[in-house]
Order: sequence, then C-alpha cells, then structure tokens
Amino acid sequence: MTSLPRHTEKKLGLVIDLDTCVGCHACVVACKEWNTGGYGAPLADADAYGSHPMGAWLNRVHTFEVTPPDAPAQIVHFPKSCLHCDNAPCVTVCPTGASYKRSEDGIVLVDESMCIGCGLCAWACPYGAREMDPVANVMKKCTLCVDRIYNENIPEVDRVPSCVRTCPANARHYGDLADPQSAVSMLVAERGGMDLMPEMGTRPVNKYLPPRPKMKAASEALPEAVPGFLGWLDRALERLG
Amino acid sequence: MHPAVSVIFFTVTSGAGFGLIALIGLGWPMHDGPLSAFLACALAGGLAVAGLLASTFHLGHPERAWRAFSQWRSSWLSREGVLAVATLALFAAYALYWMLTGQRAMPLGVAVAVLALLTVISTGMIYASLKTVRQWHSVLTPLSYLGFALASAMPLAAAIGTDRSVRTIVLAAGVLAVAWLIKLAWWRRARASEFMPGSDTGTATGLGGIGKARLLERPHTGENYLTKEMVHRIGRKHARVLRLIAGGAGFVAASAFLALALVALPGIFLSLAFASLIAGLLAERWLFFAEARHSVSLYY
Repeated sequence: MTSLPRHTEKKLGLVIDLDTCVGCHACVVACKEWNTGGYGAPLADADAYGSHPMGAWLNRVHTFEVTPPDAPAQIVHFPKSCLHCDNAPCVTVCPTGASYKRSEDGIVLVDESMCIGCGLCAWACPYGAREMDPVANVMKKCTLCVDRIYNENIPEVDRVPSCVRTCPANARHYGDLADPQSAVSMLVAERGGMDLMPEMGTRPVNKYLPPRPKMKAASEALPEAVPGFLGWLDRALERLG
Repeated sequence: MHPAVSVIFFTVTSGAGFGLIALIGLGWPMHDGPLSAFLACALAGGLAVAGLLASTFHLGHPERAWRAFSQWRSSWLSREGVLAVATLALFAAYALYWMLTGQRAMPLGVAVAVLALLTVISTGMIYASLKTVRQWHSVLTPLSYLGFALASAMPLAAAIGTDRSVRTIVLAAGVLAVAWLIKLAWWRRARASEFMPGSDTGTATGLGGIGKARLLERPHTGENYLTKEMVHRIGRKHARVLRLIAGGAGFVAASAFLALALVALPGIFLSLAFASLIAGLLAERWLFFAEARHSVSLYY
C-alpha cells in the first residue's frame, strides 16, 4: 500500500555529523558489502572491472567546499543515503505498492518482488537516494539495515546499520528520532541538526549536524614595522624598489 | 532528465490515440458501414495501445506491469493505467455496438470521451506531480498534454472522417494554435525557474547557512544511475535546433497543411498536417525530458 502511514510509532533513522566525517568512504563500502549479501537481490555492478564500471550503491559520500563570508573555505564531506522521510514522495508515486513506509518504525522499503522497475520513485526523490539495480532491474534503496537492527543472530553490538557500525570517526549515529530522550534526538537538539531541502516538504527523519564554526583566518596584512634583521632587510629591499 | 525513446513515443502516440478516441466518442462524423467503423476505432485504439505497449519497454520488469493497476489511490502512474484500460474497454464496447447496429451510442460515447481525456490528463499529472522537477511541476503540464492530444487527433479525425468543412478545419487550426500557446507559456515558465524556489546547493547540503557551497568532488569517478537518468546533459546540447523543429514541423508546417486542405486534396493535406504535427511533437517531447532539471543535480 503506497499511502503513507499517518503516524509511525518510532522514527528510526541516522544522524550524520558533517563536522567529524573525514570522507574515508568506509560507510559506503560497508553498506555495499552488507547489502550485497543481505536483504533482497544482491547490490549489483555492471562492467565492474571494465572501462565503464557502474553499479548500484545505497550510500555515497560527496565532497563540498563551503566559503563563509569572513573565513577561509572549508571542505565538508557529505555522506548521502535515504533519509526515510515522513512525507516520502517516493512511496506515494509507486504504481504497484512495492514501495512502502512501515508504520511501526518508519523505515521506507521496497518489496522487490512487486517492483516493475519503472523508476518513477527515483524521479520523485529530491535527494537521489534510490538507484536501479543494473542486474536485477528493481529499485534499490537504503533499508536502514533492517536485516541487522532486529537480527538476534548477530551480537547486540552489531545490531545497528552497517555504515554506523563501521564509521571510524563516529560521524554516524543511529536511533529513534521520535523519542526526544534518545541519544540521537539529544544530539540533534544540542548541535542544531538540520533537514536537507526542507522546501521540498519531505520531512526527512535523518538529520545532519552542521560543521562547527572554524577559527577565523589570521590577517594576511603584514605588520607595519618589523624589528631586527628582518626589519632591516625589509627596509633595504624596499629602497631597492 | 534522460529522454527515453519509449516514453517519448508513448506520450505522443497515446496522446493522439486517446484524443481520437474522445473525438469518435463525441460523435465525430465517420463513413457509414461496419468496416469503416472498425477501421476508425482500430486506428484510434491502435495508436493508444501502441503507446501503452511502448511505455512498458522502459520497465525493468514488464511482466509485472499488471501490478501497476493497484495503487490508484496515491499514484498518478497507476491512475493513468486504470483510466487507460477503462477507456479502452468501454471504447471496445462502443465500437462493437457501432459495428453491429450502425448506431453511435451517444451516452456511452460521452463516457468514453471523458475517460479518454482524463487518461491524457493523468499522463501529464505523472510529471506534474513531481516537485523534484520544477519545470514539470505545473498545471500547464497536463494542460499541454491535453492540448496536443486534441490538436493531433483533430486533423487525423478529419482525414479519416466525412466532415472536411471549412468550419472543422479552421477549428482544428484553432485547437493547434491554443495547444502551442499553452506550450509557449510552459516554455516561458520553464526558463524562468530551473529548480524549486529556494533550492540550491546550500539547501541541498544544509551548508547554505555557513556560506557559499559548491561541489568539490563527486562521490565516484564514473557515471551512476542517477547521473545517467537525472543529471543528463547531452540531450540539451541541441535544444535550440530541436525547438525550431518542434515549432517548424508541429506548428508552421502543420498549419500550412491545414490551410492547403481548405483549397485542395483535403484527405492528403489533413494526413500531412497530422504527420508533421507528430514529428514536431516528438521533438517537443524530447525537449520536455532532456531540458528538465532534477533537484538531484544539485548534488552533482
């Protein structure tokens, strides 16, 4: 059923810290590894060892540069995966009912046996969170590692999404964003967690923590008078033109 | 957006097909006899079905296409499928009754016409409902689909039917002009607003509050599904030439052929008007996809 649930008991999702992400792509690789052997069809590649490799990935790290008006430019590594939106446009456009949002935990999933591979959900997603599998021809997306987080066959410490488990910088956090007392909710409140493209009205569950303000750059102007040998050299060279 | 040939063919052909179904349903004068009734209905239904079949070619799993009839409560794509099948089923009944009795069942025909036009509108709504593509997200999108469906069906109906009066041909030219006026308004609006108002790399990354954000490095060196499907750029390269072809064949030539049909050989010139309009619409539809900018481009 592609109508969205009016309310979800939990809002399981990720909080991604843009301040601490170092852009190592470990989460990208861990995601690919887990989702090639886990839920649904393997996350395939086409021409993996050829000249034009192309594959489906559920998590990718972009790198941006942001220049504040009064400080030097800084680099921000930007991991992007499904935001499990409350008002998920990818779900309502699905003609078959393959896309759905779970009322119990808010996870957005694709039932691959019902997907006709029309691609409309990928068009409806503002964030580019969905990719067509080049081999199975069905739509793939982040499952929030639904086959890990409830999996009692793996140690408790591993019952978090693969990307979160692997992040060496602790830039990825997983939890229930509907519970204001959860660690992720408190992190969002404390650090000013933000939505991506709020103007799209998607109401994403995943939040991003903005980079902390960096120190101002030292003034580039030279001091007026320099004492000692360097001062003498400066004055001597000045006289030479 | 990537202009898929199957989808371009589908929207143009089924638009003309459902437009013709609507005109026949509304009682467009046709030749007498079961054979001409059959041929007229087969042409209209055939165009619509050919378009619908083409649309399944871009599916990853065409064998599961029947599942697309289930989610009409929320999905315009599903609504379009349901409406298309309902139209064709009622139209088949209308055609059968016409062939067997020689009578045009008017109430049934009107119902067929309404359903056919709703089908065309829902095709437009598939695109208009996407907030992610600002150029499409407008009431002008379904209006222009509706306009072109009727504009392409009218010369075809006149070519195969019995009414080739001056009034009818002038009406066809008028509908063609209105359809292109809607498209001009659509193009004007599309030029004015590339992305949703307020959307830029700053809102896409949330970094806009800090300062000016720009992409430094893509997440990978090659292409991916998103860049091929939605960050498509090659199709825009020849936009100016394609726009000239669209307007030249779809409006100037089609209008000229309609004018010639008033003078001599109406059957031939009406068919030529239809053919040149379809050629122009194929270019117009290519641009509809190729020039559309998806918000995911803000990440690439």
